[in-house]
Amino acid sequence: MSTVTETLHHDDDHHEHHAPPAGIKRWLYTTNHKDIGTLYLWFAFIMFLTGGAMAMVIRAELFQPGLQIVEPHFFNQMTTVHGLIMVFGAVMPAFTGLANWLVPMMIGAPDMALPRMNNWSFWILPFAFLILLSSLFMEGGGPAFGWTFYAPLSTTYSGDSTALFVFSVHIMGISSIMGAINVIVTIFNMRAPGMTWMKMPLFVWTWLITAFLLIAVMPVLAGAVTMVLTDKFFGTSFFDAAGGGDPVMFQHIFWFFGHPEVYIMILPAFGIISQIVPTFARKRLFGYASMVYATASIALLSFIVWAHHMFTTGMPVFAEMFFMLATMLISVPTGVKVFNWVATMWRGSLSFEVPMLFALAFIVLFTIGGLSGLMLAITPVDFQYHDTYFVVAHFHYVLVTGAIFSIMAAVYYWLPKWTGKMFDITLAKWHFWCSLVSVNVLFFPMHFVGLAGMPRRIPDYALQFADFNKWISLGGFAFGLSQLIFLALLIKACRKKGEPVSDQVWEGAEGLEWEIPSPAPYHTFETPPVIK
Amino acid sequence: MTDNKKEPDELDVTSTNKVINHSKMVGKLLVVVLGMFGFGFALVPLYDVFCDLTGLNGKTANSAATYEVMDIDESRTITIDFITRTNSGMAWQFEAQTRQLKVHPGQMNEVNFTVKNPTRHSVVGQAVPSVSPGTAALFLNKTECFCFEQQVLQAGESVVMPMRFYVDPQLPDDITYFTLQYTLYDVTATSGDLTMNSGE
Repeated sequence: MSTVTETLHHDDDHHEHHAPPAGIKRWLYTTNHKDIGTLYLWFAFIMFLTGGAMAMVIRAELFQPGLQIVEPHFFNQMTTVHGLIMVFGAVMPAFTGLANWLVPMMIGAPDMALPRMNNWSFWILPFAFLILLSSLFMEGGGPAFGWTFYAPLSTTYSGDSTALFVFSVHIMGISSIMGAINVIVTIFNMRAPGMTWMKMPLFVWTWLITAFLLIAVMPVLAGAVTMVLTDKFFGTSFFDAAGGGDPVMFQHIFWFFGHPEVYIMILPAFGIISQIVPTFARKRLFGYASMVYATASIALLSFIVWAHHMFTTGMPVFAEMFFMLATMLISVPTGVKVFNWVATMWRGSLSFEVPMLFALAFIVLFTIGGLSGLMLAITPVDFQYHDTYFVVAHFHYVLVTGAIFSIMAAVYYWLPKWTGKMFDITLAKWHFWCSLVSVNVLFFPMHFVGLAGMPRRIPDYALQFADFNKWISLGGFAFGLSQLIFLALLIKACRKKGEPVSDQVWEGAEGLEWEIPSPAPYHTFETPPVIK
Repeated sequence: MTDNKKEPDELDVTSTNKVINHSKMVGKLLVVVLGMFGFGFALVPLYDVFCDLTGLNGKTANSAATYEVMDIDESRTITIDFITRTNSGMAWQFEAQTRQLKVHPGQMNEVNFTVKNPTRHSVVGQAVPSVSPGTAALFLNKTECFCFEQQVLQAGESVVMPMRFYVDPQLPDDITYFTLQYTLYDVTATSGDLTMNSGE
């Protein structure tokens, strides 16, 4: 809370325009939204590669039936930490990084509202993940109870490193809450004159709604991990039936956080796609207002569907019907969005630059993930699909080809604005096509093994799944290697290699961020622009 | 948020040219954050209240009901199964002497459970009931039950524990059969003073 008063005094360097300090101090002390955005994005990418390396361990073990490479306990740690890192370390920080870079530029603000807190909210993140990752090397190993840390797995049956897990989740939560508060205050207070609510770019809208979701549910997650901590170490019985608690209640509390969380990871993606598609269709976004209302209704509905993750815990039929129908209702606003993107492209003058390729892949593949989600929403069939690879296929389609592809689309779209140089288009196309093919070889067959009954989170499986798993693993290795192309491209781009680009960068691009010079100067919009 | 000074540097000019201090809004958002943190914990009692009212998770009441003489509805017969199990790590032998009972709503019934501690040390146990289907839990009224308190058994001791109950005649018509399950937990480690009885 002291951060608030601190931020009030930050402005001295704001008006003097001196160059940022050189070396590491520039990054440690920076309060510049562009620097912090870059830090978030690089951090997210490093975490993406780290979590990806764990996925490679998982796929190597599952390449053949039987146990050959790792112990089952280590396998469980890999699935758990892979999930935690990808959710809290890769996808969420990447979106926060994009928000830092883009929200002030899109609304014509000189910086985020609370720059000192912005610095703080980034710099506690690496420590959270150091704590989490270091627990893997301790006696007894790291968390092995799945990223959902269901009680009693995380209370009665977990190792002592659970305390470190809880502490690191607390830090991640504090970081994202601070980031969310910053986004909300920036958007409410710092819009340029004339930037009315319904003129805001959709990326700003979706992030605003995401930020409200974050401050609503991250504290509930903090509560859940705190209860796990006290149950495990301080003798409380929140989730222990012997002491009057209830393990099923854990799932209710967790998914009350968990379901809005999945929209936290996809709403900014919707915003990104809504920025990119109009640019390369050279048409205005179809149904702007309906996009805003659809985003808001998805966010509201996300609070009343949590129990669809727990149909098999034994709920009354009425509750199962309610959660089934409420879940299916979400496909209506989501369908509105997909329809609007397609309608934006309808009779547009389309061109297929790399950001557009990723955006198109997003629309098709995210819709596949959405449809398998609709299947999972149907209570009776969920009893068959629950805890199988079908679920794994579903959430990887929405998170990898959904959230991650949208982040890649965003990076390709705005990277020339950030560096002032066009990225290496050949490498980018290699990255896209390799990723597109391999990601489908990786995740599509998971639908089939899931329907055939292969359970998730196991290091070994029945022989009849061997062929499919071999293909899945090969797809996985190929997808992992494809990301190294992206790494090479990003390093090249950060060394400012490539053709200089115009201020507008893309022919059809519209918005305040395309009116400032490329590369974007260190300070922008110190005098607010006037919006027509 | 205690900083109320209004120097020009601290303020941002908004679209309407009004000056707005960010700390006011940050304060409001922090209240939301703290409120939601509290809400996470408030879910615990809310969950229990919700389940008590609806009987959703099959928990029966934690305290004894009083039986008033009432009409026995002999037109209905309800079949009740009694199931016992012990949680992992609990060594006691635990059995219902009657596995199945046919009762009329309003009628007083008694079932005995035998429990034996075969270990060489005294153990504190806690039985936790669960009724399936859950809605029947609201209509199962126990006037006496060993599950209301923790049980202490010395090494090798065995006891018969009675459970008296009646089924409320208000039991919905579609329920003709339900199951009452008891799970025994070893709570020696957390029961505190009760373990002192081992000295007797």
